[in-house]
Amino acid sequence: MIEVEGLTKRFGKVEALRGVSLSAADGRITGLLGPNGAGKSTTLRILCTILKADSGVARIGGVDVGEDPVAVRRTIGVLPHNSNLFGNLSARENIAYYAALQGLDGLALDRAVERIIERLDIGPFANRRAKGFSQGERLRVALARALVHEPATLILDEPTNGLDVMATRDLRDVILERRDDGCCVLFSSHIMQEVAVLCDRIVIVAGGTTVVDGSADEIRVATGCDDLEDAFVAAVASADDASAQADG
Amino acid sequence: MSALGVVFRKELLDSLRERRSLLSALLLAPLFGPILFMLITSYAVNLQIDEAEQPIDVPIINGQGAENLVSHLFRRQIDVDHERFADVDALRRAVRRAEVDVGLVIDRDFGEALARGDPARVWIVADRANNTARPAVSRLRAALNEYGRGIGVQRLALRGVDPSLARPLAVLTDDVSTPSARSVLLLGMMTYFLLFSTLLGGTQVAIDTTAGERERGSLEPLLTLAASRAELVWGKIGVTFLFMAVSLAICIASFAIAVQFLPLAEIGMTASLTPLVCVGIYLVMLPFSVLGAGVMTIVASYTKSFREAQTFTSIAMVAPPLPIILVVLNPVQPSLPLMLVPSLSQHLMVTELVKGQTFDPLHLAVSAVTIAVGVGCGLATVRRYRGEAILV
Repeated sequence: MIEVEGLTKRFGKVEALRGVSLSAADGRITGLLGPNGAGKSTTLRILCTILKADSGVARIGGVDVGEDPVAVRRTIGVLPHNSNLFGNLSARENIAYYAALQGLDGLALDRAVERIIERLDIGPFANRRAKGFSQGERLRVALARALVHEPATLILDEPTNGLDVMATRDLRDVILERRDDGCCVLFSSHIMQEVAVLCDRIVIVAGGTTVVDGSADEIRVATGCDDLEDAFVAAVASADDASAQADG
Repeated sequence: MSALGVVFRKELLDSLRERRSLLSALLLAPLFGPILFMLITSYAVNLQIDEAEQPIDVPIINGQGAENLVSHLFRRQIDVDHERFADVDALRRAVRRAEVDVGLVIDRDFGEALARGDPARVWIVADRANNTARPAVSRLRAALNEYGRGIGVQRLALRGVDPSLARPLAVLTDDVSTPSARSVLLLGMMTYFLLFSTLLGGTQVAIDTTAGERERGSLEPLLTLAASRAELVWGKIGVTFLFMAVSLAICIASFAIAVQFLPLAEIGMTASLTPLVCVGIYLVMLPFSVLGAGVMTIVASYTKSFREAQTFTSIAMVAPPLPIILVVLNPVQPSLPLMLVPSLSQHLMVTELVKGQTFDPLHLAVSAVTIAVGVGCGLATVRRYRGEAILV
């Protein structure tokens, strides 16, 4: 369960977030949609506890991310934008390193690593060094790393960026599977179709604020557009007008 | 296992698999110093041996009138050359252009003046700004003085006067330096190379674990894990320290081997790098590895890419050994305040050890400041990793 209310964040003169609010339920996939520079990554980075919000509240599983970041980190699995593996370590070593840093050890660690290797079909290349991995292999290991401690919440920042069709498909399967296990999945994207296919709930952000929050149908109704893409464009345009007025 | 141990083990494994880190720590750093040291030292030693033994050529003008002088010079390994220059101006030009180290001009009146008992004039043509010519000039001057003294002694003896009356003073030098102490000047260079190799040995790892990790995009997901930032940073610094410490050990060992092949004995020097002294040097220098690991990690953590980190760490690598250059140029005695200066304290204590002497244990205690500086840099790196700037 993720609850965000009125997050603001400023980097020097740039106001990245002007009050983002959203909620993402357990057993649901929530898509964070918005054009580039809308504040998606900043919102997710605050949720991952690596940035601190200037104001507003963000809670994961009822725990405030600013107040107890370590407790939050134990319950989340994160796939940041453009993240990479350790090239000199094998797939198994990459996964085991993350498991150990999440506090697993001994037999529990070995079991968790084996389980995730099996579930994501990493077995055939588990002992190879990550340096020469294909895109799909890299993505699966990165996901395994994020999931090895069985987090209740999964946060993915533009995970499909630069992926080929097969890898995107693998990713989609994993996300759906996690949802069915009762996981709270929040992922960002700037691709409308992807979000429409996968998400139970869509949050559109633009100009650092939440523009629309609801299911695909609710968004169509709210914006008065039949086509989801038109709805997206309309929502973003109205947000731009609003922020232009606020600035003016 | 604690998260610190997990990070340490992972970074160690990662660095051991990185050929670049391994090469610079185990091969490049430890061998670079001793090899350079051997080249410089054997050049310096050979120069000193050569000076006294090699014959030198000296062009001469009007040499025909001074045959006795010329044959005296010949006996002192100074070969005069009558043909090379026709006149004084040509000789002066050649000396000014450093084509010739030194020349000799005999007065036209030389023979007659000598016969009359007047001072017979000879000119040494030299360029005082030319440092490499200095040994040749002083050898020529010494040989000329010797010739003149010899004639003076004969003249006095012919007149029935004891020649020693004309030498009221006999100035002698009693050199009390031990052979080891004499080699200290050369071995002073050694500590410089030891410090340098120590830094070089771990810098690659310091870069890989910080700026390298950032550039490859491995840092951000790492920061979302439950392990604390302090554990992450200290685990990384620990591996850098280990690489530096191993590099230092190999470097000392290769120095101990290298000095065996240097002709130090020929110029009256011995270097005492016995196994016990080597262990002593290692223990004295080890705190510098803590400083090196801390400094290189914080410097690299402020850079965004591998290349940028390499630039800044190379600059940082020059700074720590600087105090040593200052004291080699301007020697000082070990004292308590000097032990507060990292690298200088290690240099002074190692010098004492190589001289075969011991140092004040209090000095060793004060030199722990070096460790404190390293730990301080580590704490600053932890602070940096807690902040948001590390992600930007």
